[in-house]
Amino acid sequence: MADELICRVRKRLRSGFELSAELAVPLAESAVTVLFGPSGSGKTTLLRILAGLEDPDEGTIEFRGTAWFDSARRIALAPQKRRAGFLFQEYALFPHLTVAQNVGFAAAGGRAAEMMKSFDLADLAARYPREVSGGQQQRVALARALAAQPVLLLLDEPLSALDAPSRLRMRAGLRGMLVASRIPAIVVTHDRAEAIAIGDRMAVLVDGGVRQSGSVQEVLRHPADAVVAASVGVENVLPAEIAGREHGLLTLRIGAQHLQCIDRGESGPFVACIHAEDVALSRDAPEGSSVRNRVAGRVVSVVVEGPLARVELDCGFPLVSVITAQSAADLRIQPGDGVCAIVKATAVRSA
Amino acid sequence: MDWQAIWLSIRLAFCTTVVLLVVGVPLAAWLAFSGRRWRFLVEALVALPLFLPPTVLGFYILLAIGPRSPLGALYGRVTGSMLPFSFQGLLIASALYSLPFAVQPVAGAFHAVDRKLVEASWCLGVSRMATFRRVIVPLARQGIATGAILSFAHTMGEFGVVLMVGGNIAGVTRTISISIYDQVQALRYDAALETSLLLLGFSFVVLAVTYALQRRVWIWPMN
Repeated sequence: MADELICRVRKRLRSGFELSAELAVPLAESAVTVLFGPSGSGKTTLLRILAGLEDPDEGTIEFRGTAWFDSARRIALAPQKRRAGFLFQEYALFPHLTVAQNVGFAAAGGRAAEMMKSFDLADLAARYPREVSGGQQQRVALARALAAQPVLLLLDEPLSALDAPSRLRMRAGLRGMLVASRIPAIVVTHDRAEAIAIGDRMAVLVDGGVRQSGSVQEVLRHPADAVVAASVGVENVLPAEIAGREHGLLTLRIGAQHLQCIDRGESGPFVACIHAEDVALSRDAPEGSSVRNRVAGRVVSVVVEGPLARVELDCGFPLVSVITAQSAADLRIQPGDGVCAIVKATAVRSA
Repeated sequence: MDWQAIWLSIRLAFCTTVVLLVVGVPLAAWLAFSGRRWRFLVEALVALPLFLPPTVLGFYILLAIGPRSPLGALYGRVTGSMLPFSFQGLLIASALYSLPFAVQPVAGAFHAVDRKLVEASWCLGVSRMATFRRVIVPLARQGIATGAILSFAHTMGEFGVVLMVGGNIAGVTRTISISIYDQVQALRYDAALETSLLLLGFSFVVLAVTYALQRRVWIWPMN
């Protein structure tokens, strides 16, 4: 059987909104799939349909070859039978039970103690959910879900209930916990930075339809269409290393190239994000310019979309630039040409 | 003071409360969670004793449990005795009369349980019945306590229904309020005053406890 989650569903909501989504998630090779999209795009509805909390009007859901839902064959497995752990936005911990009782609520033999230990909850065991912080509640919810030995984890905006500082702190931690659990996870988010930090794969949902899916880097770098590009917001997502910092500037090493950006106190692995609109092109390296970053590269492709031209470069790393079609024509940019990409330091941002 | 009547009322109120917990909790659960379109009819039916004059309700119950009705006839065949003017008949009437007092607070409390907690339990693989027992009932315990207390108190004070269905048999169907009525009829105002005061004090204490437990007693579960 294919180690895949395949979902093709349609559902019309009372509001008139129609969800019509096709999604295939390879479970083996990707730990975390991000379901990304603006609010109102149907992400949460799709997640609830996967969990069995709502039934689609028609379609099929197949998990590792087992039909979870099939409107034609009148199959609709109850949530209990699917064993998909669901993490609600506000965590939905049982308020009348302690942390330990929550984790043990549906735990298979010995799993509760194991989870309490691996999620570092021993000190909180006797407390009630309202007595622990948001970040701790998230850990309890995850431990509770994993103790029940789910086959799949579904997380609905897992960081949205936290305040901004804890959200940043929990981002990397959450990914660590998901990967360590070795249970494939689908995470709903509308936050690009969160998608980049947590996900391996990403499916972009716009107006109830899955517009594109693939690896996070791939989707961000090559949005399938303008709608996806607009919703993901940034084309260049470049894993980088911090090579130096002085005078309030960071020097990043990306492959063999160096880029400078404003030092906002980041440390550790750095993901540089650059809007394609912020990448200007020049035939030669400009002299006497204020722009800090000038990177030599080779044109891979030029696609004209209305008044704009989308130029893909190979600078030792892939870099996308969007310039006006007029400029592309004036510079006579062709695939294979050597050009210089110009990026202001302020246009390079951390994810 | 008519201790026999007081003791009878307490026994009746206790039995009625037990019957209503057994019948009312599942009924309240159905009202709170059913998506049936005709649910409103059952809601109206349950609330009926609130608005019907006790004599009318008592009259219908008397007909329904009388020896000529299928229920009364069946009871007569099985037990060899009759329901009207017996403690058992009184119990049926009391349970019906106090039904809304048990069902409304419980259904309201069930309805107020966060839906996400129920769904979280389902997704953890816990069955619907076990989720009801382990999540919904504990979170609605205040409403269940309120329903039980109100059923007890309401039964303690009932008069019209009792008179219609049970009559006035000392030790069998003569409850505290009928005893007061008798005392007034016999112009024994001292005794009536004493018994009334007891009932007044009892009712006030019960209501005070109920309101202390839960502020929202009269919320009908209408979403």
